[in-house]
Amino acid sequence: MGFRSLRVFQARALTAQTAETDAIRFLVGTQSLKFDNQIHIIDFDDENNMINKSVLLHDAGEMWHISGSPADKAVLTTCYSKTSESRVLTCAAVWRMPPEWESGSHESPDDSSNNPQTLELLCHLDNTTHGSVACVLWEPLGDGKRVISLAENHVLLWDLQESSTKATISSTATLEGKGQLKFTAGKWSPHHNSTQLATANDTAIRGWDLRSMSQIYCIENAHGQLVRDLDFNPNKQYYLASCGDDCKVKFWDVRHINEPVKCLEEHSHWVWSVRYNHSHDQLLLTGSSDSRVILSNMVSISSEPFGHLVDDDDLSDNEESQQEDKGKEPLQDSIIATYEEHEDSVYAVEWSAADPWLFASLSYDGRLVINRVPRALKYHILL
Amino acid sequence: MSSATTPPDSDPSGRRRVHSMLKLYYGLNEEGTAAEQAESLDPCDINGPHFDPEVYLNKLRKECSLGELMDHESCMVKQIRSLDSDMQTLVYENYNKFISATDTIRKMKNDFKKMEDEMDCLSANMAAITEFSARISGTLQDQHAQITKLSGVHTLLRKLQFLFELPARLNKCLELQAYAQAVSAHRRARCVLQQYSHMPSFRGIQDDCHVIMEQLAQQLRQKFRDGGSSAKDLSECVELLLQLDEPAEELCDKFLSHAQSRLEADLQGLEFIDRGCNEFVSSLCLVIASYQELFINRPQEGELASKNIPEMANGKLHVFVDTLAARYFSLVERRIQEEKGVGDNSLLVRALDRFHRRLQAITKLLPGSAVPSHGTEIVVRAARERIKQYLSALQTFYHDSLTDVRQALAAPRLAVGGASASGELLTSLSNFILNQLKSVLASVHLFTAKDITFSNKPYFKGEFCSQGVREGLVVSFIKFICQSSRQYCESAGDRGGSTPPALLLLLSRLCLDYETSTISYILTLTDEQFLVQHHTPVTPVTALCAEAREAAQKLLNHYVKVQGLIISQMLRKSVETRDWVNTIEPRNVRAVMKRVVEDTTSIDVQVGLLYEEGVRKAHSSDSSKRTFSVYSSSRQQIRYAPSYTPSAPMDTNLLSNIHKLFSERIDIFSPVEFNKVSVLTGIIKISLKTFLECVRLRTFGRYGLQQIQVDCHYLQMYLWRFVSDENLVHFLLDEIVGSAAHRCLDPSPMEQSVIEVICERG
Repeated sequence: MGFRSLRVFQARALTAQTAETDAIRFLVGTQSLKFDNQIHIIDFDDENNMINKSVLLHDAGEMWHISGSPADKAVLTTCYSKTSESRVLTCAAVWRMPPEWESGSHESPDDSSNNPQTLELLCHLDNTTHGSVACVLWEPLGDGKRVISLAENHVLLWDLQESSTKATISSTATLEGKGQLKFTAGKWSPHHNSTQLATANDTAIRGWDLRSMSQIYCIENAHGQLVRDLDFNPNKQYYLASCGDDCKVKFWDVRHINEPVKCLEEHSHWVWSVRYNHSHDQLLLTGSSDSRVILSNMVSISSEPFGHLVDDDDLSDNEESQQEDKGKEPLQDSIIATYEEHEDSVYAVEWSAADPWLFASLSYDGRLVINRVPRALKYHILL
Repeated sequence: MSSATTPPDSDPSGRRRVHSMLKLYYGLNEEGTAAEQAESLDPCDINGPHFDPEVYLNKLRKECSLGELMDHESCMVKQIRSLDSDMQTLVYENYNKFISATDTIRKMKNDFKKMEDEMDCLSANMAAITEFSARISGTLQDQHAQITKLSGVHTLLRKLQFLFELPARLNKCLELQAYAQAVSAHRRARCVLQQYSHMPSFRGIQDDCHVIMEQLAQQLRQKFRDGGSSAKDLSECVELLLQLDEPAEELCDKFLSHAQSRLEADLQGLEFIDRGCNEFVSSLCLVIASYQELFINRPQEGELASKNIPEMANGKLHVFVDTLAARYFSLVERRIQEEKGVGDNSLLVRALDRFHRRLQAITKLLPGSAVPSHGTEIVVRAARERIKQYLSALQTFYHDSLTDVRQALAAPRLAVGGASASGELLTSLSNFILNQLKSVLASVHLFTAKDITFSNKPYFKGEFCSQGVREGLVVSFIKFICQSSRQYCESAGDRGGSTPPALLLLLSRLCLDYETSTISYILTLTDEQFLVQHHTPVTPVTALCAEAREAAQKLLNHYVKVQGLIISQMLRKSVETRDWVNTIEPRNVRAVMKRVVEDTTSIDVQVGLLYEEGVRKAHSSDSSKRTFSVYSSSRQQIRYAPSYTPSAPMDTNLLSNIHKLFSERIDIFSPVEFNKVSVLTGIIKISLKTFLECVRLRTFGRYGLQQIQVDCHYLQMYLWRFVSDENLVHFLLDEIVGSAAHRCLDPSPMEQSVIEVICERG
């Protein structure tokens, strides 16, 4: 069990550095109205079990969402709130990390005054006409040239040109309906040549076709209350997971939207974040404001429902040192572990882009916890 | 002195003695003689035959004195004198009689002489008569023989006439349909005709008869084939045909097929058990009886014996009865299945009883038949079906009464008083259900009543009671209650709108009551009524209780969730829709907070009607006056006292986290206990946590923060009394104000005294 924590400011924004495939690296955006906000770059040294932290200044404002480019590991987007004329607006921008950020990285966490370097602004995703941005999504597996921003009830598809220094809206879609509709979360599907998007507003989940910018499905009342987050199964194109204020995590087959495929009810408060493991889609991570992170093994609805055939000899060879005997259990959906290291609400969880067995969770009090999938389970899945 | 020899006699008895002595003399035997002889053995008895005068005199002389002797002597003389005179009169009397007797004898002698002459004359006459008579009979001898011969001829002639008339007579019988007469006539003639068939004239008659009988048989068969005749006619027909040497096998078939067609006609019209029993089964019995009479029990005579009819006939009868019974049963079963109404079970039970009883008659008639056991199976199936129907009826009843309760809950929606009736509703609901269950048990109990014939079948003694009634009815119903209660949690779950929370609460209490007492009561009642012997494993009471408790827990949790959600939604809307940056300086507690307190109070009342108070942790003396530690550095602090100076953000966090390390983790949607305080604590936890999360998503201006301070203080003043541990409320409210302060652009808190003034003003 790898368990590392470090205190930063209060924080909600967490992302893995998507394009980085060697180092285990997470980016955390702070949330403070009083101090200069920072992006903390957390490096985890797996061999030495060490955590290194670097700080970059983000002086535009407190961060609500952060997302790394899938093509260029130095490029990222943030959603930050800006107060002007006593009006709070959440904006989005594309940034580049200075190339030499690593040189001044070895400083202690408390030495924040030690002139950290500043992010280089590439371009704003100008949203003055559309309202506050909830999140920015990069095209999955793309070349880092297309992003989507969800602003109030608008879906905006941007083309980034000239090394991401210029952003132009290529198409938009607007959600019409009664009342004040507002997107709370979204996910760009990695399937179908990245032509589909799923969004959440209030209790509904909607699917969009990006070529025609039109709605393709709508799961009304997907959750009893607000939907907080969703994620696509990386290996099964029609499956997605969602979570919300009814404390539930639901799995959907978007071809049959009347009933969820499965429903988990393990958290005792709102579930804020749900993430599929990028390579082994039976592993599912959820974070909740009951301060818990839960790692579940959803074998029955994964792309490997029968698992790998396990040879007894191999198993005994590999698990000699293991006290836990999970490898021999039959394949059933189960909770693998509940992590209770956090003391405040956990608003974000994220798998590492480099190591599929590692994940980080971030609670509001600024504590970041990095954990590993239990080794017994890891071998069980691999062998 | 000589007179001394005469025996002394007393006067009154003198006459009689004389009579008897005369009688003796004439040899007339009187009854007194024997005694007198016995007496007279004494030689001193002067009247006795053995009287010895010497002995008597000696005795007198020895015994008596002189005077006495003198007296005796004079008495003796007197007696002798009277005897002498008696003697004289007697002789005189008898002389006269003797004379008349002599006259009579003389007269008789004359008469007899005359008679002798007449007798001689008579015998002469008789001799003459005898002679005449002999002469007459001699002459009549010849004629007598002739007459005898003539009468023999006459009889023969009459017989012949019968034979010759036979065809005509048979024809006439045929016309009059007096078949029995015809057949008996023919039978009488048959042997003779057979015997003399070599003579042409008789042969002609025989042939004629054959033709006619053929015709008759034809007619009988025709009649036999026709549906119209009754069973009795039919059996008569068959009997005649049998006498006519028709092949028995064919007759069996025909008879049965005919009976079948008639019984099937019965079946088509058959609609009710009653009619079925009265008509079909009894006519079936009749058919069986007459059939057996005809083919099986018939004394074996003549050539019929060789054909081994009974065995064949029996086989046919079994097949016949089985097929018909199968059809009958299918009809009965269809009819029973149509019997859906559960109002009066006794009718059905009675009908089944009658059905079963009638079938027993068949058992008696036809010992080896499978029909009665099939019948029993039908009864068993009907009983099973009935239990199922009762179960579903109970379920519908349960749903209906829940609908009633729901309406009753919805009707008097007077702010707080709306829930006041829920206690009564609960008792009336549980009473309704219990009574209904009892009445159903009573109805089902009819199946096992003593006067019902099938109640002593093994099924009704064992399996029906344990598997059917106990498991299939009672246990299933209890399980159904639990399950439907659980469904209220699931189906209505998400938006919480469809099921009124008060109903959830009520059901939860109902399930809890079931767990504590009702289940064991019902099961004991059932076991007692039905004397259930547990041959097969049955659901134990504890398992049911556990299920009920689980349902109760789930319902209560759901209630907390729903109520928490309702309050949460109010709080969330109030936080989300307000522009907290540009709000004005707080002057009042926001209306939504008052609403929250009001709602919580009414929930408190509602829950208090059904659940006990529960345990609280000790209160501090003036909870309502407690101030928020975050902002009142001047006062005594038990907890952390952060100061909002920009230089020390880490301190705040650190202290806050240290505090959290030492306080227990709060599970928001956690199971609650079955008491009011726990329920209320759950609801308040959910509400305040929502408040907290919503505040963290907003940005506040100075007055926004102050408004939150005011609101939280107001909640603080009122909510502590509802919860088990007031520190929980304090902690959550601290968190809210703390988070609002973090999210504030210009964190300058309001003075505590001002907050208090605002809150107390209302």
